[in-house]
Amino acid sequence: MTTIEASTATAPFARPNPVRPKIGLGRWLLPTYVTIAFVLLLIPIVYTFVFSFNAANRSNISWNGFTFDNWLNVCSQADVCVAFGNSLIVGGVSTVLATALGTAIAIALVRYRFRARSAISVLLFLPMATPEVVIGAGLAAQFLTAGISKGLGTIIIAHTMFCLSFVVVTVRARVLSLDPALEEAGRDLYGSPTQVFWRITFPLLLPGIIAAALLSFSLSFDDFIITYFTSGTVQTFPVYVYVAAQRGIPPQANVIASAVFLIAIAAVLVFQVVAAARARRRRA
Amino acid sequence: MALTALAPAGAGSSGAAPERRRGGLIALALLTPGLAYLALFFLVPFISLLMTSFGINVPDQYGVFDYGFRWENYVDVIAAYWPQFLRSFWFALLATVFALLIGYPIAYYIGVRIRERTLLRNLLLVLVIAPFFISFLLRTLAWKQILSDEGPVVSVLHFIGLMGPQDHITGTAFSVVFGLTYNFIPFMTLPLFATLDRLDKRLLEAGSDLYASPRQTFFRITLPLSLPGIVSGTLLTFIPATGDYVNASQSFLGSSSTAMIGNVIQSKFLITVNYPQAAALSILLMAVIVVIVSVYVRRSGTDDLL
Amino acid sequence: MNAATDFGAAGADLELRGIRKEFPGFTAIEELDLVIPAGSFFALLGPSGCGKTTTLRLVAGLEQPSAGQVLIGGKDVTSLAPHKRPVNTVFQSYALFPHMTVIENVAFGLKRRKVADATAKAHEALRLVELDHVADRRPTQLSGGQQQRVALARAVVNRPALLLLDEPLGALDLKLRRQMQVELKSIQSEVGLTFLHVTHDQEEAMTMADTVAVMNKGRIEQLGSPQELYERPRTGFVATFLGQSNLVPGTVESEANGMLTVRTAGGVVLVPVDRSVVRSGRITVGVRPEKLMLHAAEPARDGDHNVLGPGRITDVSFTGVSTQYLVEIPGVGTISVFSQNLVYGAVFSEGDEVWIAGQREHTFGLEADARDAVADPDLAPDPVTAGEAA
Repeated sequence: MTTIEASTATAPFARPNPVRPKIGLGRWLLPTYVTIAFVLLLIPIVYTFVFSFNAANRSNISWNGFTFDNWLNVCSQADVCVAFGNSLIVGGVSTVLATALGTAIAIALVRYRFRARSAISVLLFLPMATPEVVIGAGLAAQFLTAGISKGLGTIIIAHTMFCLSFVVVTVRARVLSLDPALEEAGRDLYGSPTQVFWRITFPLLLPGIIAAALLSFSLSFDDFIITYFTSGTVQTFPVYVYVAAQRGIPPQANVIASAVFLIAIAAVLVFQVVAAARARRRRA
Repeated sequence: MALTALAPAGAGSSGAAPERRRGGLIALALLTPGLAYLALFFLVPFISLLMTSFGINVPDQYGVFDYGFRWENYVDVIAAYWPQFLRSFWFALLATVFALLIGYPIAYYIGVRIRERTLLRNLLLVLVIAPFFISFLLRTLAWKQILSDEGPVVSVLHFIGLMGPQDHITGTAFSVVFGLTYNFIPFMTLPLFATLDRLDKRLLEAGSDLYASPRQTFFRITLPLSLPGIVSGTLLTFIPATGDYVNASQSFLGSSSTAMIGNVIQSKFLITVNYPQAAALSILLMAVIVVIVSVYVRRSGTDDLL
Repeated sequence: MNAATDFGAAGADLELRGIRKEFPGFTAIEELDLVIPAGSFFALLGPSGCGKTTTLRLVAGLEQPSAGQVLIGGKDVTSLAPHKRPVNTVFQSYALFPHMTVIENVAFGLKRRKVADATAKAHEALRLVELDHVADRRPTQLSGGQQQRVALARAVVNRPALLLLDEPLGALDLKLRRQMQVELKSIQSEVGLTFLHVTHDQEEAMTMADTVAVMNKGRIEQLGSPQELYERPRTGFVATFLGQSNLVPGTVESEANGMLTVRTAGGVVLVPVDRSVVRSGRITVGVRPEKLMLHAAEPARDGDHNVLGPGRITDVSFTGVSTQYLVEIPGVGTISVFSQNLVYGAVFSEGDEVWIAGQREHTFGLEADARDAVADPDLAPDPVTAGEAA
């Protein structure tokens, strides 16, 4: 999930906008294309949502009739809810771990000089660049060698690992945007290093840390490939869907996915509204 | 000189270069936990994988192998699976190119054309990310059902006569690439947007002032300046796409004839439990990716990596 | 008041002894010895990169010197962290905490020092800068001028022994800047603190400070009252950084009656001995453009004036307050003359032949190589005139 900032308005200018073609057809070409593109992008979402109301039992392929039953009795297919629960647990724990570890690294990277900076950058970058099959296979191989049996714990270990780099990138951007003069002012005004960190640095970093946590949770929740390699018999929601895809996915899975989607969209929209209101108040 | 002043600024910094304090105990304390974690659960598995790839399967014993130095494993897998390798890179390349062609106009529209219309812009950005919020598997499955033989698309195409009664869409290379492209469009569009959003429109004005038509302005000014976004988006799309196996899996948009290298690795690892070969395939895939990334790093340096 | 940090009702002396600051790759401060008496308004003036901001940060404790000591009120604070020094800074960017209200910003230092009635004192400080009515707003809701005053209140409220100001007026427009200059000066004398003001704006330094030190390339070139620096510069840099100067090379022929007789390419000029750093050999004679007068005919040689000429006017610029003439004198070069506009219309025009006269008390003498050290190195050293401050 990205944090969207308000754009700065450009001053009105008299000359014609060089970005807009003056010809009638040209003006509408791009918006038309974008509209069509968005419709196509959203088709699967609509499809999933619509089929969550399908009166089907196991196989949710052909339309059987409209019903609210699936939404009302989400956990009638117990496996789905168990899997969803596992996803939440894994997401929660790995987010906390990845955010804590990653924030520390991000602060260190920006604020301190040390050798081996290049090597560390590469080490942090590699997990983002490695194909998930390779990471999954590697972790599975390691657990095999170490004799650790796969389960919820190994999933959490894996998720924390691949979310770490993303947290570092997100928080680092926020740390970079922090004016160092603010911390200097804190020290100048008799704040001890601890006080400066908790009263000045941390509150100002918080939006970035929260964004990183949200990103980490989203990545963890939706992850399939790495989870499949490291989960053994435990199922998270994506794993459940994959396995069920062979025999038939119950509409309750659609319900959960749609619910998550709606909550996420609502959260983003609320955030946008709040941010816009705050910006308007500031300008007043 | 004025043009350099107008050039797109770097990633959101206040402008003041952060003065770095000398690394001491604090830096060490901050870095160690996370880096140790990564070393333990990223580097070590890698080494594990490497060691496993040289292992020797114990005959007649399912999933058991001895550690050795059987480099022939690599030869075996290349000989057996080079079609899947090539197919993976080919599909990934196609998906990347299509994602770029499809995503660029979207990013341009949001980031340049409607930059000032904040409300619409933010709404469209949300819509671009929206697919992320529905489970990736379910969206791919949705396409499978829409494009399936019983679905609306095939019916219409049959009716028009563009498709014969024996043809299908799902299970073909087309549907796999389609799925890959669809799933990676946000990965391509967002970095493109990030770069285009920072494009200084005054540069475009300067271009038109110097007699460039809108088309020339695009190809000579906008496109070159959006190159960093294109490179990020390409890396973020191509690399994961090569290893993807969901789209190509038989339960989804693929069939046995569209297997990508990811499918092979997955089945070797989890189904036929042939660890040495699975590991060898993974290492090979990783090696190619590393080559691509190092070419990129050599050009831009490590500072820009993160 | 917290005894550990030694705050007083009035300011304290600042002493810098043998300070040197090196960064990897260059030396910011070569050698600095400075004493700033308590209760004074001291300005550190110089172009960008001269080391003045580094000096400020050394005093605040935000940097450590490579060598030397910092003493405040006689106490060696060199090894003390910033939060232990009785010093406060008004930052160039104000550095107001965006996540706190104005009143929380101002009370921050007091609360860290656990001063009683912190909020009440903060309100008092805000009243001093006439901003108590915005106490509950966020810094981002204030204008630039208001932010600057809050930053000042936040520092002053702590009654530090020493208040450091890092080019605090740079971001303000001209009118507001003038206003703030007056306000800062009055606050300083009212509260009795020692102010160390760092700036590159020579007009600002001269208006506000009791004492000015001109810094260049990590050293102090000259220190004194604004008047002393302006009327009696001792180096080419000071002569051209503060205002403009005409610099003419010459050789000292003799010395008599407290005057040096100097032969220049355009004639003989007399320079008072006590206004010259050189007494024999090669010398650079300097005189400020506003001290010179133009004559249409060769003026009678009296005992008071130096005369150069004849020359031809090559440029006339009307600047409102004055008219600036550039006069080309063969052998000497271009001399700049500022004439106060006492009558309507130009007195002289381009191409006129003129003589230049200036009172001997207004000339000064500098080192022979003074013209190599002038401010604004971007201008190729013209024979005589040097540019304004960079």
